[in-house]
Amino acid sequence: MIKVENLTKRYGSFTAVDGIDFEVQKGEIVGFLGPNGAGKSTTMKMLAGYLPPTSGRAEIAGFDVFTDSLRARERIGYTPENVPLPLDMRVFEYLRYRAALKGVPGRRLRERIGDVLELCGLTDVSRKIIAHLSKGYRQRVGLADSLVHEPDLLILDEPTIGLDPNQIRLIRNLIRNLRRHHTILLSTHILPEVEMLCSRVIIINRGRIEALDTPQNLRARLGQSGHILFDAVVPDARSAAGMLRNIEGVQTVSHRADGDWTVFTIEASEGHDPREALYSHAMDQKWRVREISRPPVSLEDVFAEVTSVEEH
Amino acid sequence: MRRLLILTRREIASAFHQPLAYVVLFFFLLVTGFNFHAGVSLLNRSSGSTTMVEAFFNTVYFWFPFVLAFPLVTMRVFSEEAKLGTLETLMTAPVRDIQVVLAKYTGCVFFQIILWSPSLLYFFAFETITGEKAAGAAGSYLGAYGMLLLMGLLFTAIGCLASALTNNQIVAAIISFSAILFLFFIGLLAFILPSSGGLLRELTYYISPVEHMMDFSRGIVDTRPVVFYLSSSLLVLFATFHVFQYRRWKA
Repeated sequence: MIKVENLTKRYGSFTAVDGIDFEVQKGEIVGFLGPNGAGKSTTMKMLAGYLPPTSGRAEIAGFDVFTDSLRARERIGYTPENVPLPLDMRVFEYLRYRAALKGVPGRRLRERIGDVLELCGLTDVSRKIIAHLSKGYRQRVGLADSLVHEPDLLILDEPTIGLDPNQIRLIRNLIRNLRRHHTILLSTHILPEVEMLCSRVIIINRGRIEALDTPQNLRARLGQSGHILFDAVVPDARSAAGMLRNIEGVQTVSHRADGDWTVFTIEASEGHDPREALYSHAMDQKWRVREISRPPVSLEDVFAEVTSVEEH
Repeated sequence: MRRLLILTRREIASAFHQPLAYVVLFFFLLVTGFNFHAGVSLLNRSSGSTTMVEAFFNTVYFWFPFVLAFPLVTMRVFSEEAKLGTLETLMTAPVRDIQVVLAKYTGCVFFQIILWSPSLLYFFAFETITGEKAAGAAGSYLGAYGMLLLMGLLFTAIGCLASALTNNQIVAAIISFSAILFLFFIGLLAFILPSSGGLLRELTYYISPVEHMMDFSRGIVDTRPVVFYLSSSLLVLFATFHVFQYRRWKA
């Protein structure tokens, strides 16, 4: 559905997007992840046909976004960040105008508008003037607009930014329901959102793709070098830590007191899982143990790991 | 073609959706009404061959609101959308840049026509009440309103260009107001220069709105101003298109 080759965007000497390549298959939901200013929005604007790239190419549904722009744009539903809307129109007026503009034939207008109004929960406010709508409703109007011409591909730039938790859940459910009919590329910096919605994640930082994989694989990649929590009652924390360091596969040990208990945080060396050895050591020493665990790596850790390398 | 129509309809609607439109319409009618009244009382006092149409279109009360109307009507067309960000949703719909520029231009020209058409009623009222002819010949109407449209085409194009140049409506209004005034004052040079002024006098005639209006409201339709206004409108519109494209691609 999307094919991007060596896409680059420069503003003077500043490189916003630096030769990225990726592909998105039909029916996928792909999350675009990255810190502010990483080049997410710029990439999306180029894919939506709004910005021309400095070099490289992008294809949507087989049409080049730049040389065959109109035909590519017919197949895209794009909602920019902050959802700009004309404030002087009523919701249904706006959707009718946009649908007609995007080539929905006259006899299907009514049906399409009714469909997206219902899908986005806008039926009650369809006669309201957009200027009088709350942020959450405006976001949904933007989404309705991007859906109204039944595009193959949805490009949503931070669809949940600035919303309250209930509204976020609503929009997420909406997106999840859309996946049956559309390929979706969305950007966000809310990580749980990506884990909930996306089949693949593209992590982008300073204009480059740092990682591209399923959320599970990304987590697994980092899961190898995770740390271990070991919570026990020991006679002397300092000497116990010394003993633990001698166990094979243990790299570093730090500890803190929690009442009678001592919580050790153990960094295992790569490829080792010293949990079993820890257990038998505790048995030998007759320590009382209440927890040995390896907390699962969150996508948040992956994100931090991938994007925080050497801040210049 | 269908898209151009949809866009134009939207432009016309949005022009009338803002309060400024009604403020402009109101004050415009007020001033032109006063202008008409002043014209009638002038003709009552003096005896001469001046017709009502000539008296209406050749006073400072006519020119002042006329020149002022264009910046006010055109200042928002591009700059507002650029500032609001709706240009982004507009340009990611399958529309061509040229369609957007033409639609915005047509919308403004349409508003100008709405702004001016009520003044025809004055002449109608004048003729039915007094039983006198307001113009020497029908060509006088055609000339005056034709010239109105011609000048409107150029000045609207200038306003659109100014609006495409900046995201700030006020800046756009100042740019177009200055440009239109400049054109207007160059035309006035002809009145200051000695009448034997030769080449310069000749040159200023080509671009003098005041002189064009004088001739046309008498019913003298000269093709030179027609060509001048049409070709320069086209040129400015072409520049608008390129500025619009350039600023979008640079953003």
